[in-house]
Amino acid sequence: MEEKVDFNLNETAKDMYKEYILELYRNPNNFGKLKKPTFEHKEYNPLCGDEIEISILIENECVKDINFRGKGCVLSIAAASLITDKIKGMNIKDVLILNKDDLLNILQIPITITRLKCILLPLEAIKICLRKNGKSSS
Amino acid sequence: MQINDKIVKKIKKDFPIFENNPGLIYLDNAATSQKPLQVIDSITSFYKKENANIHRGFYKLSENATKRYEDSRLIIEKFINAEHGEVIFTKNTTESINLLSYCITPLIKEGRNEILLTEMEHHSNLVPWQEFAKRHNFKIKFIKIKEDFNLDYDDANKEIGEKTALISMVHVSNSLGIVNDVKKLVEIGKRSGAITIVDAAQSVSHMKIDVKEIGCDFLAFSGHKMLAPFGIGVLYGKKELLEKMIPFNFGGDMIKSVSYENATYNDLPMKFEAGTQNIAGVIGLAEAIKYLEYIGMENIKRWEKELLVYSVNKIRNIKGIKLYLSNVDLNSSIFSFNLNNAHPHDVVTLLDEDGIAIRGGHHCCMPLMNKLGISGTCRISFSFYNNFEDIDKLINSLNKINQIFNR
Repeated sequence: MEEKVDFNLNETAKDMYKEYILELYRNPNNFGKLKKPTFEHKEYNPLCGDEIEISILIENECVKDINFRGKGCVLSIAAASLITDKIKGMNIKDVLILNKDDLLNILQIPITITRLKCILLPLEAIKICLRKNGKSSS
Repeated sequence: MQINDKIVKKIKKDFPIFENNPGLIYLDNAATSQKPLQVIDSITSFYKKENANIHRGFYKLSENATKRYEDSRLIIEKFINAEHGEVIFTKNTTESINLLSYCITPLIKEGRNEILLTEMEHHSNLVPWQEFAKRHNFKIKFIKIKEDFNLDYDDANKEIGEKTALISMVHVSNSLGIVNDVKKLVEIGKRSGAITIVDAAQSVSHMKIDVKEIGCDFLAFSGHKMLAPFGIGVLYGKKELLEKMIPFNFGGDMIKSVSYENATYNDLPMKFEAGTQNIAGVIGLAEAIKYLEYIGMENIKRWEKELLVYSVNKIRNIKGIKLYLSNVDLNSSIFSFNLNNAHPHDVVTLLDEDGIAIRGGHHCCMPLMNKLGISGTCRISFSFYNNFEDIDKLINSLNKINQIFNR
């Protein structure tokens, strides 16, 4: 009846911490704060206590430039690097419909269920920033 | 029996988790302990052979279950040196503290409206009191921790006063492993007439707990951190205080007599045990205590200290390591660290690749982490079934991870 669980079958960590992901953590893209952003937002992740600050420059309803800064794990920093790359030049409306699957496509790594929150935080912060400021400016 | 590396190998055989997960190095005992076969068997055996509800079942099977339940209570009472009727079964430490926060008001002396906690409380000994303070318009004060992470006992003396209704303190900090001098804090509390509460969740399976020696009014702990199953916990309280308190839950078993209009409450401890209890959990907890006593609490304390000293001496040499250790003594089974440039969650995930289970994050101590200016730590917590080999493997893996983040 009893099945033995092979503990060394854990490939997920190796797959998650690919060299290009680690490189994005060491040297993230779009890291910092824009000098004259249209919108700014700070988001807090209660699960890990991490904080991310987003600054966005909007032109003609499009993301002209975006920066982020904050502390985080490898996965959240890599996700922030890649998502900020992705949305540059995108229309706000299109950014707001990006989801978990889009992120997984960009990252190209498997994510374990407990770490999903880590990669979602930057996108959530960007969306909240756009929604919040979109409302107040209209 | 003195615990040593050889004996640990034998002890590990009692814990089926290790046979079923070859290579597992389990260093997250502060979250929950593993369970020995003796405990698992006692629970399955009860369900297979003895299952019946307790109290008022006037047939053999129910009488036996009642006896097993009450005999288990005696074992647990004796384990912490409580009088009969002073051990109340709850779900866990959190529920024990919540119970107090709802039922303690009759004990609070007139004119007192302050609660004293420490800066290193787990959320479970903080949030219930925040809610209590909101309901009753009380103020919460905190005993500060010093630079070396130990409690500032001078500050405790300053903060306590004639306004202090109660002082509730963690015995061993779940995040940093600091062992607080609860006897001293209880004395300070008593001197000013405050009710004294000890959160013993992280101490009860690592050192001998004697409620009379500590002198506290109440003490709370969970079964699952001490080899017992999930869902069984204990609230110890002094009899004369429990008698004055209002019940927590109302319903079956906690009553003496009921009319359509009213009810009189049962004697201790049943007054606080409404509804069908976790009978198998209680039996499992008693079995866990038997196991702990067979190993010996002094033995456990000594061995876990050896493990801590051994690992701290080794881990210190890792470049870029920051240890959150008290300078006073290394007496606990828990310690925390951070690796330069690495987030605790990454360290945990990467250690897991080598079969090493530790915990990383804020450990339900967000105010303390904020005070230390960090989002979290990596936490190692031992049990007596860990050995030096476990630590050597941990150090090896940490060195590998360090190369990823600090090369």
